[in-house]
Amino acid sequence: MSASDFDIQYTARLARLALSQEEQQTLSGQLGNILDYIAKLKEAPVEGIEPTSHAVPLVNVTRPDEPGPSFSNEQALLNAPSKISGLFAVPKIVE
Amino acid sequence: MLHRSTVADLIRLLGSRKISSTEAVQACLDRIAAVESRVKAFISHDPADALRQAKAADEALARGETHHNKPLLGVPIAIKDVIAVQGQPLTCGSRILGGYVSPYDATVIERLRSAGAVVFGRLNMDEFAMGSSTENSAFHTTRNPWDLERIPGGSSGGSAAAVAADEVPATLGSDTGGSIRQPAALCGCVGLKPTYGMVSRYGLVAFASSLDQIGPFTKTVEDSTLLLQSIVGHDPKDSTSLRTPIPDYSQSLGRDLRGLRVGLVKEFMVGGLDPGVKAAVDAAVLQLQSLGAEIREISLPHSDYAVAVYYIVATAEASANLARFDGVRYCARAEGNDPIQMYENTRGRGFGPEVKRRIILGTYVLSSGYYDAYYLRAQKVRTLIREDFRKAFESVDAIVSPTTPTPAFKAGEKTADPLQMYLSDIFTISCNLAGIPGMSIPCGFTTSPKLPVGMQLLGKPLGEATLIRIAHAYEQSTRWNQDRAPIV
Repeated sequence: MSASDFDIQYTARLARLALSQEEQQTLSGQLGNILDYIAKLKEAPVEGIEPTSHAVPLVNVTRPDEPGPSFSNEQALLNAPSKISGLFAVPKIVE
Repeated sequence: MLHRSTVADLIRLLGSRKISSTEAVQACLDRIAAVESRVKAFISHDPADALRQAKAADEALARGETHHNKPLLGVPIAIKDVIAVQGQPLTCGSRILGGYVSPYDATVIERLRSAGAVVFGRLNMDEFAMGSSTENSAFHTTRNPWDLERIPGGSSGGSAAAVAADEVPATLGSDTGGSIRQPAALCGCVGLKPTYGMVSRYGLVAFASSLDQIGPFTKTVEDSTLLLQSIVGHDPKDSTSLRTPIPDYSQSLGRDLRGLRVGLVKEFMVGGLDPGVKAAVDAAVLQLQSLGAEIREISLPHSDYAVAVYYIVATAEASANLARFDGVRYCARAEGNDPIQMYENTRGRGFGPEVKRRIILGTYVLSSGYYDAYYLRAQKVRTLIREDFRKAFESVDAIVSPTTPTPAFKAGEKTADPLQMYLSDIFTISCNLAGIPGMSIPCGFTTSPKLPVGMQLLGKPLGEATLIRIAHAYEQSTRWNQDRAPIV
């Protein structure tokens, strides 16, 4: 666990985030500091401790699978950046 | 002076027909027109829509509708721009959402409407609720009504400043690591973050789903109680919402503190506390004692890890939650040759620096090879922090501390160093990790400059009633809220 092997380009690619050269430089420096600070968790006595993912333990909350009112096509497409024939339009995915 | 009214004042005046809801809303609009160019609490507001709702409330009152059935009938309430209100813009303080208009009401908005409230205005915030000063808003920095050179806190800075400047009697905000309590403290308001799961998150744009809660900003503890009562309760649309009986919180008003044990955290008595903040909180603790509370020292041995745990857990959850802003179904899309490039360009252009920083950090701590060292370890330390509170609450009924280590700082003072900004959340952050309720109430002022100081109360899970009891007894015996921000 060290900040030195932090690869900004690889991480930005995983996050689907285009960053300029300048942004990459600034972020690398700032995240180096933050990761150094976070490294204090190495001292924490976590041997045998169960992880907490939620403050309130809840398991498999389900509801009956019954049809109910939902958005109309127009409502669902209200904020679409691009739409064709009642569908979201996106750049071509397959050749 | 109608704009100075509290929610309880307005209910009384509306109930006795001394004023109309239209007059109450118009008083807010006039006040906004007078001070908003300096405070900048709102991103937008829709006066015509507010007046339409006020007219409907007046018609209901004329038909004989009462505040018994509709507790907030005719009362104007403004909303942080991260909570969906049907037909109104939703920006989250970001450019990425473009001209997004909410197609539905959040559950809290449905509940406010069924309580009769006039819901209006989109309040400024740090982008996607990430920040402690509102300086991360893509639109403008909100100013602290006590000193316009200073920030109001964040991320719900607009929600706090609007109440402090008497632009509205009450607002809603959201709190992931202190985003209600910290701005409430810095602006001299009452801010309440309920127990995780007490208030539905349906329609709240998610930052960190295991930490986020919606809560009220008000001028008084009684008003906080009124709003809390209206928004709590189970919601089938939020799978983390609790099925638990809802107490009548008004029963906690007007009581003394005899028999209550209040804890002071040993680990919080550290250096770096502003002397004015320390003096105000020390005096407040003595006041609690004179009201009958027994003061005990307690220990939260793992609290020093809280900020580090938070910035792993919250950023990890944020990196997943913010994946939806990709330019497909909404957002200001930036074109690309293929979908991946479109996502990258949309997100690269639409998100501001703090959001990018947190997405990168969150992606990194979840990435293959680092997950165990960062995310899993942080979740384990989160267990230790929760256990600290569980043990502490075996010997006390509530915990008291300063809400923030310093009063409001000047705009620009901390923007260059993100880590310093993060460290200003030390007293508020562990509450979200443990899922317990927290409240900030005014407890005095620093001298030269005169700035508000907040006292934080933390309670057991579902302990809102105890926090309200302590906060109300304290407020009634001190009345710090009589002193209003010097903005005219």
